[in-house]
Amino acid sequence: MPRVSLISAESLTIRLDGRTILHDVDFALEGGEIVTVVGPNGSGKSTFMRALVGALTPAQGRVTRMPGLRIGYVPQTLHTDPTLPLTVARFLSLPVRREAGKVAAALEEVGLAGTIATQQVGSLSGGQFQRVLLARALLGDPHILALDEPTQGLDQPGVAAFYLLIERVRQRLGCAVLMVSHDLHVVMSASDRVICINGHICCEGAPTAISAAPEYRALFGHGTRGALALYQHDHDHGHDHGAQE
Amino acid sequence: MILDAFFFSALLAGIGIALAAGPLGCFVVWRRMAYFGDATAHAAILGVALALALDIMVPVGVLASAVAMALAVTFLAGRGLAVDTLLGVAAHSALAFGVLALAMTGERGVDLEAYLFGDILLVSPTGIGAIWGGAVLVIGVLAWRWPALLTATVSEDLARAEGIDPARERLLLMLAVAVLVAMAIEVVGALLVTALLIIPAATARPLAATPERMAVLAAALAVAATTLGLVAAFVWDAPAGPAIVAASAVGFGISALLAGLKRIHLG
Repeated sequence: MPRVSLISAESLTIRLDGRTILHDVDFALEGGEIVTVVGPNGSGKSTFMRALVGALTPAQGRVTRMPGLRIGYVPQTLHTDPTLPLTVARFLSLPVRREAGKVAAALEEVGLAGTIATQQVGSLSGGQFQRVLLARALLGDPHILALDEPTQGLDQPGVAAFYLLIERVRQRLGCAVLMVSHDLHVVMSASDRVICINGHICCEGAPTAISAAPEYRALFGHGTRGALALYQHDHDHGHDHGAQE
Repeated sequence: MILDAFFFSALLAGIGIALAAGPLGCFVVWRRMAYFGDATAHAAILGVALALALDIMVPVGVLASAVAMALAVTFLAGRGLAVDTLLGVAAHSALAFGVLALAMTGERGVDLEAYLFGDILLVSPTGIGAIWGGAVLVIGVLAWRWPALLTATVSEDLARAEGIDPARERLLLMLAVAVLVAMAIEVVGALLVTALLIIPAATARPLAATPERMAVLAAALAVAATTLGLVAAFVWDAPAGPAIVAASAVGFGISALLAGLKRIHLG
């Protein structure tokens, strides 16, 4: 039986303000898969995610979503204007009204006290807000959890706890996880597949294979088998290693 | 004598505007559209000139120019110039051409000041009907689109991921502002109409914990300010539009003071 991809992209090209951020990306996400997207700053990995969830319109190519696909999207940043009063409970019911019982259950699942429901979204800490965003994504009973650098601004124990939480949630829901990340050493072992993006897909494969790939090493350095590769901010589009293959 | 027909007409018109301006003003505040409100209102003067030249109802001319402004800004935004620059060009050009047109066509008996600051005596029974029609339209659209409008206001990305088109919701709000300006121009005037959108919403902010409560509270505060302003205007024979805005401003001062005291109290 052929598997129906939850979401797929064909020769996807995205331009923002006249600049080509991503070009000729082919990609498919299958049910239950954990895929991590890595790449340097400005490589287009967030753009890739936003295009997949429908937040950006492709300049060329197309994105196909399974009919009736539910995506639980956790954006990278979300700034709420201080003039907008918004309790956590109200935020979780946007745009679809959720029952109070389900809201409480979702908050509990992400490890937040029920009392947080009446707090203003703007008063939360970074870690609390990430969990609230995750709770909101869970309330939609998603086929895909789409997480865009979900651990940004969390300290090390916070990052570890957050990944454990995602792992637990995924086991319960059986959903696919598409995650943009730069916490490489934490993420990679849990992933079925790693995609390395720098304007286009440089390389992809299983974590062990990808960490040995020359394209990957060109981007992330020659650390201990790439699994502990240092995140490099200073390189330009480095394909020299790959080109020599 | 306060309780005359003029007063009740004015009150009826004012309350219709206030009920729509409160909740719509919340979106204007949340989305920082105040300058767009001003621009639309300035464009309204050109609409007044057009209406008088073409011999059509003034609110119809105003609505046409305000809608044209909303569409022009939507179309031109993101094509080079910043939105506030575009709005500045469009608003002041429309105002200048409007005032010129009014002066050049030599329309007799046209009181420009009435359209800049409003004149409650201009409101006819038909005008009151139009205001309430507009109010029902604006409130109806806000109620119908509320979840989508709110989601698009919180985060455009989140909205798109939910299948909501933020551009469409933005356009809807701009058109609603255009309708409100057309409704309110004869009562509070082009220069003060934005105040009616912003001040009650800003007054409600510290007193509300959810967007819905802020919208309802803003409507209630706008109605209260309109009533107080009109009473003051009739008692002291003052211009009604400025009196309504002044009453709103006093309310804002009290609300800001309360919020400040609360902060100090909570330490």
